[in-house]
Amino acid sequence: MFNYTIRRTLLAIPTLFFISLALFLLLDLAPGDPTAQLPLTIPPEVREKIRLALGLGEPFHIRFLLWLEQFFINEPLHLLTELTGVDFSGDRQRVISWQSRSPVMDIVVQRLPQTLWVVGMSYVMGTIIALPIGIISAYRQYSWFDQIGTFVSMVGFSIPTFFTGVLLIVIFSVHLGWFPSIYDTTHVVTDWGSLIVQIKQMIMPTMVLALYNAAQISRFMRASMLDNLNQDYVRTARAKGLRENVVLLVHVLRNSMIPVVTVIAIGVPTVFGGAIITEQVFKVNGLGQLLITAIQANDIPMVQTLTFIFAVLIVLFNLLADILYGILDPRIRYE
Amino acid sequence: MKKLFVISLSLIVMATSGFAMRGSSGHVNILYWQAPSILNPYLSGGTKEVEAASLIIEPLARYDDSGNMVPWLAESIPTTENGGVSDDLKTITWKIKEGLVWSDGSAFTSEDVVFTYEYCTHPEGGCAQGQKFEDVVSVEAIDDLTIKVTFGVAKPFPYGPFVGFQSPIIQKVQFENCLGTAAPGCTDQNFMPIGTGPFVVTEFRPNDVISFEANANYRDPDKPAFATVTFKGGGDASAAGRAVLETGEFDYAWNLQLAPQVLQQMSEAGKGQVVSAFGPSVERIMVNMTDPSPDLGEERSTRAHPHPFLSDINVRKALSLAIDRNILNEIGYGLTGKPTCNIVPAPAIYASTANDGCLVQDIDMANQILDEAGWVRGSDGVREKDGMRLSLLYQTSTNAVRQDFQALIKQWWSQIGVETELRNLDASVFFGGDPGSPDTFQKFFADVEMYTNRFDGTDPESYFNSWKCGREPSPENGWLGVNITRYCDDTYDAKLAELAKTGDLSRRIELSKALNDQQIQEYIMIPLIHRGSVSAHSNSLGGVVLNAWDSELWNIADWYRK
Repeated sequence: MFNYTIRRTLLAIPTLFFISLALFLLLDLAPGDPTAQLPLTIPPEVREKIRLALGLGEPFHIRFLLWLEQFFINEPLHLLTELTGVDFSGDRQRVISWQSRSPVMDIVVQRLPQTLWVVGMSYVMGTIIALPIGIISAYRQYSWFDQIGTFVSMVGFSIPTFFTGVLLIVIFSVHLGWFPSIYDTTHVVTDWGSLIVQIKQMIMPTMVLALYNAAQISRFMRASMLDNLNQDYVRTARAKGLRENVVLLVHVLRNSMIPVVTVIAIGVPTVFGGAIITEQVFKVNGLGQLLITAIQANDIPMVQTLTFIFAVLIVLFNLLADILYGILDPRIRYE
Repeated sequence: MKKLFVISLSLIVMATSGFAMRGSSGHVNILYWQAPSILNPYLSGGTKEVEAASLIIEPLARYDDSGNMVPWLAESIPTTENGGVSDDLKTITWKIKEGLVWSDGSAFTSEDVVFTYEYCTHPEGGCAQGQKFEDVVSVEAIDDLTIKVTFGVAKPFPYGPFVGFQSPIIQKVQFENCLGTAAPGCTDQNFMPIGTGPFVVTEFRPNDVISFEANANYRDPDKPAFATVTFKGGGDASAAGRAVLETGEFDYAWNLQLAPQVLQQMSEAGKGQVVSAFGPSVERIMVNMTDPSPDLGEERSTRAHPHPFLSDINVRKALSLAIDRNILNEIGYGLTGKPTCNIVPAPAIYASTANDGCLVQDIDMANQILDEAGWVRGSDGVREKDGMRLSLLYQTSTNAVRQDFQALIKQWWSQIGVETELRNLDASVFFGGDPGSPDTFQKFFADVEMYTNRFDGTDPESYFNSWKCGREPSPENGWLGVNITRYCDDTYDAKLAELAKTGDLSRRIELSKALNDQQIQEYIMIPLIHRGSVSAHSNSLGGVVLNAWDSELWNIADWYRK
């Protein structure tokens, strides 16, 4: 198991290198221009100077190597400097966004709280809602509860968040006036009153995303429970005279959780990726909104860094899911 | 009795002056659905950044809502009459108001103005407002409050540098170490510039939100009425409209380019009102005077090959006649646009009336012109002559209104026997100047294309100048030209040369109208809609004067809560 973990970790390094190269190539080959959003009154000669000042005049491999150096050497050194207070980084160039001309990582750190609060909370909520629904739906298969559960998850799965989001805004912000339609990222929670404000502004985006997440996870949970409920060991447990609660919640649930835990683990990186559409609809301005504005502005360093961070997270959580699988199910061992 | 009257009068005075005290109106929320990413307009020319920065840093003079220049940090507008502009039109001398201070309390001097010029014209800087300083040879500080700008050529309109919201003054002390390649490293300076304007930044989050508070050192002790401002970005135009007009969460929303009926419906909620102002923006169809055929290889869309059928003025005229601009406006813009027949529809003094006939659609006339010119309908209804079919490629950027326009115009053109193939390209590609992409509006690998353009400020000379012969985009100049239609005409260029030497306003107006009319009457550009800028503000917000010639927030110091 240990060897396996080490091997997988080492294998991740070339994988990530190729991912970064592929991302860079894709961004470089994709059409677009960082000065495209400027008004037409700015003449082309000035635009050309802006492009050169951004470093676009350099050939591809130089720009790629520069980014590698900035991301893998300069940024960690800068982080060390920040943490210890000792100057490791000197005047090394960090990854700079073309839009704001400021370090990309600073903006990412600034965006993390609202993304983790809203998208993370929706993932937690989605999971909490989904597990009991999945369990009961499987145990009482084809009952009215199961039918409703299936219907709700169909709805959650198939209606896009830009529709549910706007629908909620029209109902709860425009007509009822209960919740704000615009998320205030500068709001600081200091006491009960401000906590309530925070909950009010979080409730709509969180619920929109939670519905979507719950729909997915509850289906997995239900399918996995159904697989196990028909197994021989369940009949054995019942024959031994165990109470139904114990059979269901200890024997069946524990075995059914194995694939579901993996699915949940693999889904965690999407939390960090933010929710591009929902963040736009509610003006949460987290990582998803950051990515989409960077793409629109052709801010290549920003897009490259963000997508690469997502790639790292995905590789990491896939690895984690594989290891968890081995731990949860002793029958599976990778040797 | 008299005493009572005096007391009540003084009470009224107190009440009104109390109303206008600095910070007395509390907080105002502004929503720009495109979020600013930096507050230094010299590093980003995007409207959102330049307008956000206009709360903090200010120019020497700016334009008011009717397009008149008003002195801002300067004492007065220099002219040839008051001696501020030299007789050879090569220098302009600005006098700064006395006693101005930066928000940090230090004195505002002519050195700061000179530094602003040095900052933007640094050869390695990539300044986004470089065109403002075109032809400037030197900027000197005569004394603490006097600046002399010298141009290399005679400038009848010398109000480029330091005028308007794109060219505000930055503080020398703050930006001294940020010249050239060092500019991007100065994050603190770029995010929190020190200014002379009514507000100072307290927190800046790129592409998200800016918090401002009133500038304690602002020159008018009673202003601004608002103590703090939240400047939020993100979302889209309809969400921004909703937040002001329907939920009332925000006080001001910028650039609501929405379908007319959507805006109408939103404003019926009664929480706010829609305001619009007309600048010089015109949605137009540009006609390619050169052959875009891919067979020509390197010489595609260059002056080497005239267009096979659009070189015939009868075809161009028929294309314009077949369009019903009123219907287009009704569908796409409503109150926020006006059908127009001019490429320079504003300021009013420059607007020609010679072309107004185009407002009436005349398909029969268009057909007749084409018949007379020898374009005969083939079996499929498409006109041909000498084996050439009137078949057009019509491109524009991806945008719901533009695609509606394309569909309608295609329909009208089919009625005059012109076949149209439609194409739309992502705005970031179409307006991006990537010389490697075949899809930019500069390359113009199509027969006609549609977009909106405008000019800065109120003087159209540089605008006309961009359509001069020799300024065409071509492989030689890396497709960096600005004469998109590739129209070349000696009489046009002669009028331009005269305009460049003329200082007298009435003659300038006459020449401008003639230049406008030539482009229109030759049907080189087919103007469609004069577009206004649209914003919305809540009913409780007073003092908003929408300005299409400068920043929309130009007079935020005068805003107040009703």
